[in-house]
Amino acid sequence: MDHVFYTLQDFMTYTESVTYLLVIATLFGMTLFWLFLTGGKNKD
Amino acid sequence: MAQVTTAERKSIFSLFNLIAFIVLGVGVYLTYLRFSGGLASVTNLSDYNPWGIWISFDLLCGVALAAGGYVTSSAVYLFGMKKYHSAVRPAILTGFLGYALVFLAINYDVGRPWRLPYPLVVQQGTTSVLFEVGLCVATYLTVLFIEFSPAAMEWLGLKKARSLVVKLTILLTIFGVVLSTMHQSSLGALFLIAPSKLHPLWYSPYIPIYFFVTSIIAGLSMVIFESTLSHRFFAYKMDETHLQEANGVTLGFGKAASYVLAGYFAIKVLGISTENHWHYLTTGYGIWYLVELLGFVALPSLLYAFGVRTKSLGLIKFTSVLAVLGVILNRFNVSLVAFNWHLPSSERYFPHWMEIGISVFIVMIGLVLYRFIVTRMPILYEHPDYKDAH
Repeated sequence: MDHVFYTLQDFMTYTESVTYLLVIATLFGMTLFWLFLTGGKNKD
Repeated sequence: MAQVTTAERKSIFSLFNLIAFIVLGVGVYLTYLRFSGGLASVTNLSDYNPWGIWISFDLLCGVALAAGGYVTSSAVYLFGMKKYHSAVRPAILTGFLGYALVFLAINYDVGRPWRLPYPLVVQQGTTSVLFEVGLCVATYLTVLFIEFSPAAMEWLGLKKARSLVVKLTILLTIFGVVLSTMHQSSLGALFLIAPSKLHPLWYSPYIPIYFFVTSIIAGLSMVIFESTLSHRFFAYKMDETHLQEANGVTLGFGKAASYVLAGYFAIKVLGISTENHWHYLTTGYGIWYLVELLGFVALPSLLYAFGVRTKSLGLIKFTSVLAVLGVILNRFNVSLVAFNWHLPSSERYFPHWMEIGISVFIVMIGLVLYRFIVTRMPILYEHPDYKDAH
């Protein structure tokens, strides 16, 4: 009985956690990318 | 427009005309074979692979690449970005021809094309995604025809009819956006029915959203690409306004495409995460997926951004080709490469050369029609009788 098996709960906890972190990274990343995109010689 | 006459009277024995003549000639012969001998005589389609490149390229790519019409008209008429006005007519024309050719191509692909109107009049099948696609494409083709018609009416001198249609501009633009949102996404939704056939990296519950967002990318990039070609071959037809606004259109659309590509990249990564499909990325299909995602989504997004920041029009124009190829690659991956991925290679589909020939034939019809219209109707310039009448 030392075999570890994963439940749907484990799967959801893992995937949701990673996804939430990625969502936060996306929100910051898209904001920074917008600043990059509208910077440079592009200020008009 | 003084130089129009000299340029228009070039010899008909040009390289383009020669190639067009050969392609159209072969295409007519292949058309005869298709409609006299049936699908089996010109295609490698089978029960395993009922959808080939006529669906992948002519339909899925054709509809996506024709999205410039709704993208540009909504930017100008709904969001008030009047500085892009000169791009509307070329984009509407490209969209109209694109959808008209999709309709033409479908007649080759459907086993009994005379039954194409059946969903409208015999059996609606309202629970079918394909019904919605068919209805939207048919309606939107009509909308695009009406949106395009003022240019033809100006050419023909139909002033009253033109003034009537121009009054419908906002309504038609709204129709265009609504219908495009529906069927661009529904083309992706067609694959929701086949989760076991499509590779998990490309299959996603969000595939309708992916298809819709990529249609915006395709539309923006196609406007830049088509504008580049028009400047190369039809610069003599352009008036001052068109020439002055061209750089602004390239920069503005490049900026928009860059940001939409970045957003698309983000939702694709989030899609992998929600399904926890990371482990597929180390397989052969995974590497091909990364080629698509990094080489044709992330790279064009960054190149567009660098081009916009440095106001490098050449880089933006080059990137538009890359982005268009990326959308084509995506549609081919979803509908061919990653589709039926479980089947042994002996059962996989590879197009017959005559299928490719008919696709090339249909593209050539589009090029010939585009040239015919652009050299005659006020697409790249404002008709002298209707200056500032927009």
